[in-house]
Amino acid sequence: MTPAQRRWIFLVAGAGLVAFYLWGLTGLPGFGNYPGPYGTAILRVAVAQTQATGVVSAVNFDYRGFDTVGEEFILFTAAAGMAVVLRHLRGERDRSALDEAAGRDVPATSGAVRMVALLFTGPAVVMGWWLASHAQASPSGGFQGGVVLATGFVLVYLAGEFLVFKRFSPVDLTDVVEAVGAAGFVATGLTAVFLGMPYLKDFLPLGQYPGAVSSSGTIALISFFVGLEVAAAFILIVGELLDQTLLVRHREA
Amino acid sequence: MSVASVHTPYTVPLAMMDVLQVTVLLLVAAAATGVVLTRQPARQVVVLSVYGVLLAVLFLVFQAPDVTLSELTIGAVVLPIILLLTLAKVRKREE
Repeated sequence: MTPAQRRWIFLVAGAGLVAFYLWGLTGLPGFGNYPGPYGTAILRVAVAQTQATGVVSAVNFDYRGFDTVGEEFILFTAAAGMAVVLRHLRGERDRSALDEAAGRDVPATSGAVRMVALLFTGPAVVMGWWLASHAQASPSGGFQGGVVLATGFVLVYLAGEFLVFKRFSPVDLTDVVEAVGAAGFVATGLTAVFLGMPYLKDFLPLGQYPGAVSSSGTIALISFFVGLEVAAAFILIVGELLDQTLLVRHREA
Repeated sequence: MSVASVHTPYTVPLAMMDVLQVTVLLLVAAAATGVVLTRQPARQVVVLSVYGVLLAVLFLVFQAPDVTLSELTIGAVVLPIILLLTLAKVRKREE
């Protein structure tokens, strides 16, 4: 096929795509107009039904909790798959790199980077924990909180301390925490079944004050488990990748 | 009850909100074009991170603070880290 023919095929296909796209756009509801009844209904009843003022979390962890279990396991499977693909194979050996040989200077992380990374490590961990534990009260939740928590660990690495990063988050422990987080979510749902209720039905006392940290029953509990799972999954993923980068360096030294 | 009829001490005039939304939309479009036009992978990751921050601002302006938090952590932090680590590995192999 000549380049000219190829260009023609692209132009025809592109024009078709644009036509379909524009046709689709004309069928969309007007900007800012939400035509579905579901959102309006949820907004009216959510706070009274769940005692959670973080209505997005109420939707995620209660009204459509079953969908969220599925999403949870997408991340779980991705992290597990990564651990499998990047595992140390029999042929791969960790050899000391040249820059680890005695008497050699290793280029140090710059003072500014270390300083900033260390400054932000504490706030990142506190912020992550706060987000994961306030899903029922404000815009936050286990997912966001978990990722921010994991960021705290990555900052430790940025401060130039791979060994400290590894000591803080040994792979075995991270694996277990991730599994506990994922299993906790499922177990919360199953507990409701054992109590004779539908799967993931909120079976805990809802609390008296909407938006209090102790309110909303299983929404807060599930957010906590999701936070554990997500933080561990991301620490695992970044840890595996760092391991790989260092491993390759070892092999080629 | 429409969103426009709710008035709190923090309510921003609608016209100002429109201007803000259009501005951020244009910035996101510019940043996205910037990501595509950056040819050098390591630099592209940095531009992608900036794009992630702008997208987070976009979600905030469109009143979706939950999604803002997710986009901020994933788009501006985790995705660039994973890409940079992958680049480091690939580059090591090429050398």
